[in-house]
This record gives sequence, structure tokens and C-alpha cells, in this order.
Amino acid sequence: MSTIRTEPVTINLGPQHPSTHGVFRLRVTFDGEEIIDVEPVFGYLHRGTEKLAESRNYVQIVTLTDRMDYVASMSNNLAYVRTVEKLADIDVPERAQYIRVISVELQRIASHLMATGFLLNDLGALATPLVYCFRERERILDLFEMLCGARITLSYMRPGGVFQDAPADFWNSLNVLISDFPNYLDELESLITTNEIVLARTIGVGLLSDTQAVDSGVSGPVLRAASVKWDLRKANPYEIYDRVNFDIPIGNSGDTYDRYYVRLQEMRESIKIISQCIEQIEPGPVRTETPFFIRPPVGETYSSVEGPKGELGFYMVSDGGISPYRCKVRAPSFINLTPLKDMLTGWKMGDLIIILGSIDIVLGEVDR
Amino acid sequence: MYGLGLFKGLGITMKNLVSPSRQFNIVQYPNRRASPFDLAKVDNQNPISFIATHPIKTLRSLIGLETLVDRMPQHANFRGEEFAWYDRRCTGCASCAKYCPLGIIKIVTGTSGVNQQEGQSYDIDVFDIDIGRCMFCGLCVEACPYDALHMGSGFEEGKYRRSDLVINVDQLKAAEKKPSTWFRPQLTDRGHDPIKGSTADWDQVGRHEKPSLEDQGERWAKR
Amino acid sequence: MTPTPAFFISFYTLRDLFDNLIQSLGFGASFGWMAGLLAGISISFLIINVMVMSTAFYTWFERRMIGRFQVRRGPNRNGPFGILQPFADVLKLIMKEDTIPDAADKPVFTLAPIALLAPTLMIMIVIPFGTYASDQAFLSNLNIGILFIVGVTSVNSIAIFMAGWGSRNKYAILGSMRGAAMLISYEIPMALGITSVLLLSGSLAMTQIVQSQSIWFILVMPMGFFVFMAASTAEMSRTPFDQIEAESELGSGYNTEYSGIKFAVLFLAEFMAPIVTAAVVTTLFLGGSQGFDFLPGGIWFAIKMFVLIFLLLWVRSTWPRLRIDQIMGFAWKILFGLGLFNIFLVAVEFMVAVELGHTKDDGSLTTEYMLIMAAVNWMVTIIAFVILANFVGKKKYHRPEPTASPLANMGIGGD
Repeated sequence: MSTIRTEPVTINLGPQHPSTHGVFRLRVTFDGEEIIDVEPVFGYLHRGTEKLAESRNYVQIVTLTDRMDYVASMSNNLAYVRTVEKLADIDVPERAQYIRVISVELQRIASHLMATGFLLNDLGALATPLVYCFRERERILDLFEMLCGARITLSYMRPGGVFQDAPADFWNSLNVLISDFPNYLDELESLITTNEIVLARTIGVGLLSDTQAVDSGVSGPVLRAASVKWDLRKANPYEIYDRVNFDIPIGNSGDTYDRYYVRLQEMRESIKIISQCIEQIEPGPVRTETPFFIRPPVGETYSSVEGPKGELGFYMVSDGGISPYRCKVRAPSFINLTPLKDMLTGWKMGDLIIILGSIDIVLGEVDR
Repeated sequence: MYGLGLFKGLGITMKNLVSPSRQFNIVQYPNRRASPFDLAKVDNQNPISFIATHPIKTLRSLIGLETLVDRMPQHANFRGEEFAWYDRRCTGCASCAKYCPLGIIKIVTGTSGVNQQEGQSYDIDVFDIDIGRCMFCGLCVEACPYDALHMGSGFEEGKYRRSDLVINVDQLKAAEKKPSTWFRPQLTDRGHDPIKGSTADWDQVGRHEKPSLEDQGERWAKR
Repeated sequence: MTPTPAFFISFYTLRDLFDNLIQSLGFGASFGWMAGLLAGISISFLIINVMVMSTAFYTWFERRMIGRFQVRRGPNRNGPFGILQPFADVLKLIMKEDTIPDAADKPVFTLAPIALLAPTLMIMIVIPFGTYASDQAFLSNLNIGILFIVGVTSVNSIAIFMAGWGSRNKYAILGSMRGAAMLISYEIPMALGITSVLLLSGSLAMTQIVQSQSIWFILVMPMGFFVFMAASTAEMSRTPFDQIEAESELGSGYNTEYSGIKFAVLFLAEFMAPIVTAAVVTTLFLGGSQGFDFLPGGIWFAIKMFVLIFLLLWVRSTWPRLRIDQIMGFAWKILFGLGLFNIFLVAVEFMVAVELGHTKDDGSLTTEYMLIMAAVNWMVTIIAFVILANFVGKKKYHRPEPTASPLANMGIGGD
């Protein structure tokens, strides 16, 4: 008896789909429920950030970087202003560096919370863990509102520091947050980490081996979940990361569960970094006086930071004018999508959603 | 043991259901349904006497007809929509217009009819801010050398037409001045908090204690 | 035996009423069919309205409860505590344009919501809400009541497939293919769970099943309750088995293309399912309308349904969903085995009871023997679950301590 003749079906996942995390489009070919081919389609959220940067001056570009990875604006700001500081050789006061690290680590927690919550939402948990994550993220956003007057599009950093010192009530709220947060993470862990349905859905799903991960250039939690111990905060310490003590959590095998668990542990490490920063920070100026229109010397530079999603780098070319000649962004979300096809092929439709969710892309950054 | 994780999860959700400290800090903007207890609190009565004295109000609140205004909690640093602009401080230098990443500020100046010695300022004929395109980065406020332009504190600026979203000079002059303390540490030092309703006059918002007429000539220009 | 509550309306009381009316109007005895017809129409009208209204309030309750589980408020704007929200929703759905895709199979597309709603409503006619008397169901005390339920619910899978097929949408087809596979698979454990009940009750009639529960069957055979609950949760496709809709995967599954009133009917059927399931489980395992005498039986029935519905909501708001192959594996590898084992256990115990003479005159078991059975079954169930859990889980999900890959050559060692 011959086998039943089946026909592959091509389905357009997105650009309007509840779980593609934005306007991401995947042309997926299914054999029944099984994926045999994937073709990602980008560009629905392309706003030409890099081109726009060429007609803005160096401070105005800060507002553009907010809109790239809109769940982690602070990290984008940091990556950008560090590049300008390197290009124009601007010093940053020590207090400003501490404040930057604190705010970036807060942003990392917020971003990882969203990634975890949406991963669970993709798993079909009816948004309950998502709302729990958002409840805590809300407190971080409140801190950002104190710090810089906005919650999402922060524009907090400037070449040469941050634009203003943190208000007095910020420190109290921050202390309350970092004392509460480990308890909250424990609660989230007992809701998710040991849940057998989550284990059954995520363990061994969407494997990305360490060789594959390094070959395709992924970075951030996706790389570390594949047991590659690579973190720019340690490998190339910037700001004051060499003065704080923290671990780099790595995963076992690079499956979806590892990517989730690495993020969870990174949140704990971030709390550790913040509490050390609070101990070490001392009063002082927070901004080096820079001219309104920064004119860096002719030259080019690349500088990168460890964003919540991976290595976020800016390559900038200056022609000596008030705006850059060229600005190129190395967006981690975009590059982390490189091994997508290898990760997805052979899995089922439900796995597609959670593998995509565990990579944690933000379309503002993928399309820029 | 395998299988216990599922029940642990059920325990966590039940804990979040019953424990009031785990609730979201919910603001029912713009108003919330008030229970008789809330109404009694507003009236400064104890609930029992309130129910006894206001039976109709109690009934109405029980079927959900009584509402109380609920405001979003904001920090004084909040970068709000409408701008606070002090025409007496503005010299018409158009730094804000040059610094705006989107170029949405339009300034037209003319020679001032009043005493030149006093303010050394131009007359502002047009000062349009198209807040429909504004992204509230605050760079214009940062650029202002005379602390004339401040971020506002509100956010309820919905209009039916895009053209209504352009704030012109008359609206800016007439508006109630509730500047945000964003990038204005001197306002924080004075204890100014726009969310609590305090307003600030033109002579209070500057970086100086009390700018006198002599000050204007000497210190402001130096900065 | 508690007397029939006076407010309870059934087909037979109504028929007698109409019969008397017709007689008094001067028609002869040959017009008896008219009384039956009128009674049937009014009882259908009653069932549909009662069910639609209770579903409306159930949706409100579900949204409020899940809101509280998710540490937010649910709908609270329309009416006191938002209780008018379902009516606002229905009003909105009715006013929306009722679109039918061009490529759709129009008759199938149109019939699918009705085919999904009708069986759900039909189950309600055999549920004995009241006490033991024979006319306590809405329409009739069928002597094959439980068989009727099994037969009627199997229409669901056809209806869902109709909806998916008729809308000519790839997501809908995927959802309904999943639905067809899943619903048919889960009917087997469901039937096995029911069979174990029938072994003890010795009758297919719902009233008889309630009557035979001198000890509630959930206590006598917890394994059967587990199997039946899991299977019926899958039958109404709620988490962790909500593959048919799977919002995060398929958009909305089989009802992707539906809008307007058709969507409202689909959703009505979907939200009616928990109520109906809770009613069936209450009858089969929780002793139906049994309870203490200070409240009428109908109220006890409602309380038990409420507890079950809350349990379903609790599970729904906590657990993620399983993948489709895991769901099928769960049905065939675990539930099927457990169901068979449960039947075996109950059958052996029943035989022993007959041999030892622990039966009453009508063939049912004595209360003392049922207590012994309960103790034995609970022990066996717990042992079986522990063995199953360690057998399934331990090895597969063991996570060793991670070791860093040699590929990273950054100087982390000495930090």
C-alpha cells in the first residue's frame, strides 16, 4: 500500500498575526503541521533611521535611536552616545556612567520581562504571566518617568553624559524595586520554570548548537543559551562594568527553554549590578559641557554595547560636519534572525511561534 | 516530582487573585466606579452614617452609576504635551526651532515696539508648535538659553482636526502655565510640582533668584 | 425524596396545562397533539433563552474572574460591575457587517454556527436539575440519557470542520483539521469515563445515575473523574487543549473568517460548552442535585456547577497550551490507558461485591461497600499517578549543569 499523497501548503504568517511580534512576515510551507520551508520577509516597519540620521545633528539622532528597539530605548541611547563620544573624544563623568549603567540594566530587566511574558503568551497561557511581567515592568517605567520624564521613548542620554541627574525620590523607589524584585522573580519561576506543560513545549525545541550560533553571528541571550559564554560587558568592559561583580548565565543546549532561562537569570544578575552601582555611586557632575552642535573630527568608528537582545553596535563616519556622513546600525534582533530557518525546519506550527518568541525580536529594530 | 509544577502554578495564580498587595496599581482613567465606601471617604464620613444619610446615592453607587475622577499618577519630570512658554523671557532667538529634530517650531520675529533697553528682545509675531508631529523629546527646552520654553505636564490634547493641533502664539500666551520640571532643576529646587497644580510665573522659572531689569542685561546674555 | 419545587417547569407539566386549556376551549380529545406541540415550542423557547442568558452572564463572570486572576479588573463599565457588558458585546456583533468570503462554501459556512450551537443546547434537555422525580429534566427523562449526550456531542467535530472548510481560509482549515483530529480522539477517553460510571449506576438514565450516587462517584473513582474532566476539557477546546482556536498560533482558528451575528452564535456555542460540561459532570460525578435539605436540589446543582466552572477558569488562566502532537499523545497514551484501567478496576470491584453479597435489592451497591471501594480506588489512583509521573518526566527533563562552550575565547575565567 502506498502512503497517502500529501501536498505542502504555504501560509503567510503575518504581517498581521498576533504572535509575530510586530509586522514580521513569514512565508511558511507546511507539510500538514510540520514546517518544511521558511522565508522571512522584512521591511514593513522600515523608516529609514540610518538615512534620517545623515540629516540630523549628533544630539538629535538620540531621539531616532529611541524608536529602533522601542522596548529597550535606553540601551540604544547608550550604544549611540558611546559611539559619538568615541568619535568626538568626549569624556564622561563618573556619576553619569553609573547612572547610565543603572538605567541600562533597568531597561534590560524591562526588556527581558517583556520577552518572557510574550513567550508565555505565545505558549498560550492566556496572558496571565504576561500581565504579571507587565506589572513589574510598569514599576521600571515609573522609574524612567522620574528619571527622564518619559516611559518608552526616553532620549535620556546625551554625548557627554546624561541630560540631568536623577531626582531624589528616584533612589528610594529604586531601592524598593531591587529589594522586591528577586521575590517576584521567584514567583515567576515557580509559575513557569517548573510547569510541566512549559517544559514539554520548550525543552529540546528549536535547537541552536554553539557552532551554528557562532557561525550565524547571533549574540545576546540567544548565543549564551547555546552555552557560548560571550558577553560584551565582560569581554570588552565599557562604562563601569569592570568595577561590578556579576556572572554570565549560560544555557545547556540552546533550546527554547534555555533562552527563556538565561533571560530569567540575567534579570537576577542585573539586580546584582544595580545594587552594586547604588553602593558605589558618588555625587558629582553628570554631563560634560559639549557644544550644541558637535563637530567630530573626520574619521570613522564602531562601538557596541551588550543590549538586552545582543550586541548593539553603531558604525559612524564623520566628515567633520554637524551631522554624520554615514550611520550604520548593527541591530541584534535582525542578525539573530539569521539562523531562523535552521531552527524552524522540522518543527510544528506551535513551535514556530515559541521559537520566534524566544529569539525576542523587535520589529522596530529589525527593519529600522 | 514531575507533575507538581502544574499545581504550584495554580497556587501562584490563586495567591495573586486573593492577595491585594499583588494587584496591579490600576488607574481607571478618566473616572472610576465608586463604591459607597469611596463616596463616604470623599464626604469625610464613616461608611455607616453615609449609607444612612444618603440612601439614594448609596443605591446609585451600588448599581454603578456614581463615578469619581481618577487621575494618572505622574512625576513632576513628566514631559507633557502642551508647552509652557513665557513671552516675557523669550528673545526670539529661535534656538528651539533650530534644535527641533522635526522642525515643527515656526518663529517669525519683528522689531519690538517697546523699550529696547529693557528687554533686548524681538517681538514674537508667530510662534507655532505643531504638536501633532511633536515627539516630546524636549530638545527645544534643552536648547532654550533663557528658560522661556518649558515642557508641559498634561496629556489630554486630543483634537478633531490636525490643524487644531498647531499651538499658536496666542494660545501659548493665554495657556495656564504649568511647566514640567524636566531639565529645569531650579523648578525642582523651588518645590514646584505641576501635577499637584502649582503654576509658575515668568519670574520664577529662571535660573536666577529674582531677575531684575539690570540682570537681564548682564547675566542672561552671558550664561 | 424531596418534593418537586413548584416553580419547576417541564415538558409534561406544560403539556397537561395546554391539554386542559384545549379541552376547556371545547376541542375534542383528538387535539392532544396540539397540546404536545405547544408545550414543545414553549419549552424550546424556554431552554434557548435560559441558556443564552446564562451564557451571557457566564461570559461576564469568566472575563471578570480571569481579569482578577491576571491582577486587573475585568469589564466594569456597563452597568453595575460591568454586568451589562455581554449585552453590549452582542449588540456590537449584531450591528457589524456579516461578511461571507467570496470563495467560501456559503451553505456550509452559514450552517456551521447552527450545527455547533444546536447539540450544545440539546444536551440541556436531559440534565436532571431537580430532585429524583422522573420529570425533573427540562424536556424528558430519557432512559438513554447519557448515550444521547455522547451521540449529540460528537456532532461538534463536524460543525467545527464545517466552519473551517466553509470559510476557505488556511488558518481556519488548520484549526478545524486539528479540531477534527482532537475531538474524535478525546471522545474515546470521554466514553471510557462514562462507561465506568455506568458500571456502578447500572442505568443509562440521568436520574438513575444521580439516584445511585449514595457516595458521589468523584470519591468512588477519582481516576474516572480525572479522565472524564480532561477529555471534556479537550472536547470544549479550552486551555491546555485549546488547539482549535490557538489564538497565538492560528489567529483565531476555525472562526477566523466569521463576523457579525454568525461569530456571535459561534461564540455563544463556545461559551455555552463549559456550562453544559459542568452540568454533565455534576450529574455524573458530583451527585447531581443531592445535598442538604435546607436548600432545594436545583440550588445544590447550581453550586456544584459553579465550583466546576471556577475550577475550569482557574486552570484556563494558569496553564499554557500543549502542542497538537502532545495532545494526541496524551489522549491515546495516557488517558486511554487510564480509562481502561479504571473500567477494569471498577468492574473487578463490582464482581467482588456481587460475589460477597454487598448489593441492594435493585442490584446497586451498598453504601458501606462503596466507601471501601473509594478507599481502594484513591490509593490505586495516587500510586498510578506517581508511577506515571516519574515514568514520564524524570529522565527526559533533567537539565545538567551547563558547561561553557570552547568557542568563546574571551578572558572570562579570571574575572
